[in-house]
Amino acid sequence: MGTNTVSLYTKRRRLSDGILTALIYLCASLAICLVAGIVGYVVVRGVRSVNWTFLTTVQSSKNNTFGIAGNLLNTLYIIVITLLIATPLGIGAAIYLNEYAKPGKLVRMIEFTTETLSGIPSIIFGMFGMVFFGTTLHLGFSILTGALTLTLLILPLITRNTQEALRTVPDSYRNGALGIGATKWYMIRTILLPSAMPGIITGVILAIGRIVGESAALIFTAGSGYILPKSLFGAFHKILESGGTLTIQMYLRMTNAKYDDAFGIALVLLIIVLGINCLTKFLTKRFDVTRLDERRGKQKRVKTKVSK
Amino acid sequence: MLANKIITKDLDLYYGENHALKTVNMDIKEKAVTAFIGPSGCGKSTFLKTLNRMNDLIPSVRIEGTVTLDGEDIYSQGVDTTLLRKKIGMVFQQPNPFPMSIYDNVAYGPRIHGIKHKAQLDEIVEKSLRSAAIFDEVKDRMKKSALGLSGGQQQRLCIARALAVEPEVLLMDEPTSALDPISTLKIEDLMAELKSEYTVVIVTHNMQQAARISDYTAFFLVGEMVEFNTTDEIFARPKDKRTEDYITGRFG
Amino acid sequence: MTTRVNFQLELEALDEALEEMADMVENNIEKSLASFEKRNVELAREIVQGDRAVDDMQRSIEARCLSLMLHQQPVVARDLRMVSSALKIVTDLERIGDHAQDIAELVLRISDANVMENVGHIIEMASKAKLMMKNGIRAYTTRNTELAYQVIDADDEVDDLFNEVKEEISNLLQEKKEPVDDCVDILMIAKYLERIADHAVNICEWTEFNETGTVQNIRLL
Repeated sequence: MGTNTVSLYTKRRRLSDGILTALIYLCASLAICLVAGIVGYVVVRGVRSVNWTFLTTVQSSKNNTFGIAGNLLNTLYIIVITLLIATPLGIGAAIYLNEYAKPGKLVRMIEFTTETLSGIPSIIFGMFGMVFFGTTLHLGFSILTGALTLTLLILPLITRNTQEALRTVPDSYRNGALGIGATKWYMIRTILLPSAMPGIITGVILAIGRIVGESAALIFTAGSGYILPKSLFGAFHKILESGGTLTIQMYLRMTNAKYDDAFGIALVLLIIVLGINCLTKFLTKRFDVTRLDERRGKQKRVKTKVSK
Repeated sequence: MLANKIITKDLDLYYGENHALKTVNMDIKEKAVTAFIGPSGCGKSTFLKTLNRMNDLIPSVRIEGTVTLDGEDIYSQGVDTTLLRKKIGMVFQQPNPFPMSIYDNVAYGPRIHGIKHKAQLDEIVEKSLRSAAIFDEVKDRMKKSALGLSGGQQQRLCIARALAVEPEVLLMDEPTSALDPISTLKIEDLMAELKSEYTVVIVTHNMQQAARISDYTAFFLVGEMVEFNTTDEIFARPKDKRTEDYITGRFG
Repeated sequence: MTTRVNFQLELEALDEALEEMADMVENNIEKSLASFEKRNVELAREIVQGDRAVDDMQRSIEARCLSLMLHQQPVVARDLRMVSSALKIVTDLERIGDHAQDIAELVLRISDANVMENVGHIIEMASKAKLMMKNGIRAYTTRNTELAYQVIDADDEVDDLFNEVKEEISNLLQEKKEPVDDCVDILMIAKYLERIADHAVNICEWTEFNETGTVQNIRLL
């Protein structure tokens, strides 16, 4: 044994380590405090406004009441229509880019463009939507115009997420399927998409979050209508009518200095976003093909879906 | 003498500029195990993949020469690769069961080729699992995820999956290199059984394995097929000095 | 599920081949000694001509062992011991077979029958050597080390008997009672019997090695 052998039990204080650890803890607690502070403030200010009437009626000067039912419905419309257009487009584009296109300049260019697209301020999308969908295509201020505009906004999000998800599917799955004679599309349909499903769902739900939170791209495209449809026809026709989402309504209330209403809407939005996050967690777990055995206990239906 | 199942004639393969296979001529015998040995990067795996056109999936690959299966050129125009790969199945280095149930993994191939009847599928699945010597281990958990199996079981499941489409030839690309010794020996035993019905071609890094299981052995070196003969000849009386150096471990 | 099924079958087949060869050799010894004891010239002739089968068997077992080494690499534990002891035992068996033939050849040459009556111990020696050989083979095929040790111990008795026989013959020669040729032939027969016993001991030592990896307390493996 050498005399200069250092015992494993020798304690060596490292000052810089200590300081850094303390700093990191400080940052973390600051971040938590900020979130908790905002949420707390919104809840405290908004909770008084949120009641049954608030949620189930629309604005009425006659009764001098205020409610957000119309805006809730508009938000739902915009979400559904946008996703109906953007999801197949986004997934299709991702499949093309990842599985079919030969890697090269074109693919890199498309990927670069989509990335840039997601960095553009949303008001620019709003302006483009208003001019192109609203004026040129004569769709005016309508939910459809809003949805089309938002499609542009979330398409990169869904495409990127789907691409990422497809990339994580091991090549061995592809080879395995092709190696026993599956056609490419059959392989994509039966192996790739089910395996990539959690990632795709994450993308879609993130997109919903983006839609729910969006205002700048909508204010000049979907407008600010808040009337509930009165018939089945009305429900369909509503797509072509002006319809403001919750965020738009909130913006309008604030410009009118109705801060209590605005905080009420803010609270509802917070709850929706929270719900969406929980849904993401739940769904990605449910559709995770690698957890077949855990899933089976809970839900029989999923299995048939995967095995088809 | 066994009949020739696959014949390659003056087969050259290029990855872009890289001449990866140099004029390979080989007759692969029916219902026998043929092993390809050689150091890493010698082209043995590449050659294996030309036999069921898995190289088609790599963009920069160019192939010259012919490969015939029972006299039919598999690279000629109008060949249905789906049908080709049904006849020439493949098992890979890493066990790659699909993320679905054991049953669905084995039924995957038959379903591609249009078999939908439950009873018929059941029969195929059981037969394939039995042929791959894994039926008894999984019969009570057919609906469980294939990912829960051990590595060796997964590989035998993959063999069952390949057998389920009733191939004539089974290509195996280092099927045991990711497995523990016992699982490896199980797969080797399985190959000995399979050759009564199938033509088996295996790439292996393990020379002892080639000696144990194969009837014919080909030795590859930097894209060239140096020597091809019965396993007895290759391991007892190699004709080329490079073959002898390699199999006796005096390489490089 | 056991693994290396084919290898196991081949090892069993090797064992069976060894047993078969041992049977052939035993049969030859049996006949050879019978021809000697009963001076049956016909039987002796048969033995002299019939050794080819044993040699072929030896080659086939050697080829089997080499093929097993090439293909199955029996390089550890009992696999290694079994294949290497098989390779050694096959030589001993072949030698015993040769000696059976040698004895038969000598039987054909012994002209005077009386010589045997005057060498009283040789019959006892023959039956002892035969028993050792039989037991040696049985010890190997049944992996019975107890029996193997018994055979090894019995070698001393055969050696003692050989010395007795030698003495008897040298007496005969001194007394000039019998033809010198016959005496020498009998001595050689005795020597072959002694060698057969030695080979039986060798088989038993390989039996011991097969089970323990040691031969006479010397660790080989």
